[in-house]
Amino acid sequence: MSGLRFELRDPPDMRLDLSPLVPDRLAGMDRAAIERIELGTSRMSRRVGDVFGVHTADCECIAIEGGSARFDWVGAGMRSGELVLDGEAGLYAGRQMAGGHLRISGRVGGWAASGLRDGHLEIGGDAGPFLGGPLAGERAGMAGGIVVVRGNAAERAGDCLRRGLIVIEGRAGPHPGSRMLAGTLIICGAAGASPGYLMRRGTLVLGAAKALLPTFVPAGEASGAFRRLLAGALTALSPRAARLVGRAQDRFMGDMASLGKGEILVPAPATLRFR
Amino acid sequence: MPAVTRGGVRIDETFAEAFDMRGTAVLITAGAARWARQAAVTMTGFATSIIACGCEAAIDGEVPASATPDGRPGVRVLMFSGSTGELQKQLQARVGQCVLTCHDTACYAGLSAAETLRMGDAIRYFGDGWQISKRFGGHHYWRIPVMDGEFVCEGTTGLTREAVGGGNLILMGRSAAATLRAAEAVVAAIAEVGGAIAPFPGGIARSGSKVGSKYKALVASTNHFYCPTLRGAVQSGLDPDIVSVLEVVIDGLTPDAVTSAMRAGLAAAVALGPERGAAHISAGNYGGKLGRHHFHLHELLP
Repeated sequence: MSGLRFELRDPPDMRLDLSPLVPDRLAGMDRAAIERIELGTSRMSRRVGDVFGVHTADCECIAIEGGSARFDWVGAGMRSGELVLDGEAGLYAGRQMAGGHLRISGRVGGWAASGLRDGHLEIGGDAGPFLGGPLAGERAGMAGGIVVVRGNAAERAGDCLRRGLIVIEGRAGPHPGSRMLAGTLIICGAAGASPGYLMRRGTLVLGAAKALLPTFVPAGEASGAFRRLLAGALTALSPRAARLVGRAQDRFMGDMASLGKGEILVPAPATLRFR
Repeated sequence: MPAVTRGGVRIDETFAEAFDMRGTAVLITAGAARWARQAAVTMTGFATSIIACGCEAAIDGEVPASATPDGRPGVRVLMFSGSTGELQKQLQARVGQCVLTCHDTACYAGLSAAETLRMGDAIRYFGDGWQISKRFGGHHYWRIPVMDGEFVCEGTTGLTREAVGGGNLILMGRSAAATLRAAEAVVAAIAEVGGAIAPFPGGIARSGSKVGSKYKALVASTNHFYCPTLRGAVQSGLDPDIVSVLEVVIDGLTPDAVTSAMRAGLAAAVALGPERGAAHISAGNYGGKLGRHHFHLHELLP
């Protein structure tokens, strides 16, 4: 990769805030200025130069070589360009992203893609709890854009999802799609307990589920035109998700304990299995 | 009128006078191509002329399943009208009454443009609150529950102000059969040109019109200049050996599309020769003062 590179020197000794290391915030800065950026989150200072070896180049394309579970806010607020983290990340990766392409090769902590509005976040490993979910006090979670998780997701993935597309290629923990307002959440593997808990609108596609809440009612099968349309849009993002959506799906509407205009699609025949 | 001859066919040195129009396109798909075609035919049935139909519309061509958003066979329909408001009204009415109602169909934008017309954004209300909004892949779709499942309809489709209406070829033959053969060859050639349509029945108009009438209420009336049964009574544009005249009117999303369609049509007619096809070809205009676009036949000759 020929862009700006940050090479991790040693594992960090405190949690770091990496939100300044995004293309639009580094534009026009020289190496000395970049090395002075403060990343520390305690009373002790940790500047970019203390943590990373910096190799300057075009900052539209940034690579961070070496990750850590203590790297919080990776790509937060990013609006354009490309950021690649080779390794794992901590909390709030891609928080409130509004554009660009963020790729993290390893696993990420909780609240990744929280408040994401536009752009594309790809997570090579597993995702922590509340993927795309809101922080305490916020009314809605992710509001646009695309998130693809190649591994599994922990509990409450897609909580309060408002708009946009989340694909989890592996399994999901308990309550995926809880309180969804709209949008699309696709889980290629098995979903944890009570998927779609209190969802209002939106589409939740599951590769498998042990049971659905009794407040989800059978509602025929998913229309072929819509499934094919969605599968077509997924082909480039996740062939696995495209294959799942391409298969015949039974449709359940709910959560009737809430507005009840959401839907869960599971491979047919599911109606007899759940009822 | 001065003329040139190609393969024995006399071609007047005149031009087709065409007008700026607003144009749009929709792509209709269905599980079986037959039902996509049915919706397209129904939607474009009463859409020959803006004189009384509100718009001019026809099938642009079939789209293979590999090139449609939902991977089902499709048909692209073009629509033209004189104003954005009228085109919007016609689009909404025709998609709402002819595509929404047609078994198994879905309807997508057939034109990508900065300006848009409301399609699913208007028809969604048929869902009575059960309609579902979906955004992905840079598009906005509506899913409207209907009795055979769901009608999927894209929210908007593109609008172009570059469209041109009124390109035409007037084909004059020594027999009715030869004239029809020429007209059908022209229509078949135009069908191969993307972005251009011939909106009259089967692509052919037999009742070419002139502006105005002896009756005050009419804005257009029969073009007596080309009527073979009036040739002795009026100033006629017909050679003595001509017995039948047909016109092919062409609308296109761009002036280039109309040019290509007229060029292809002329070549097809000339290839038939004066005995099997048209002996004389002309084009309709109003002296060049009404329409901005002039398509000169001698510049389009094969």
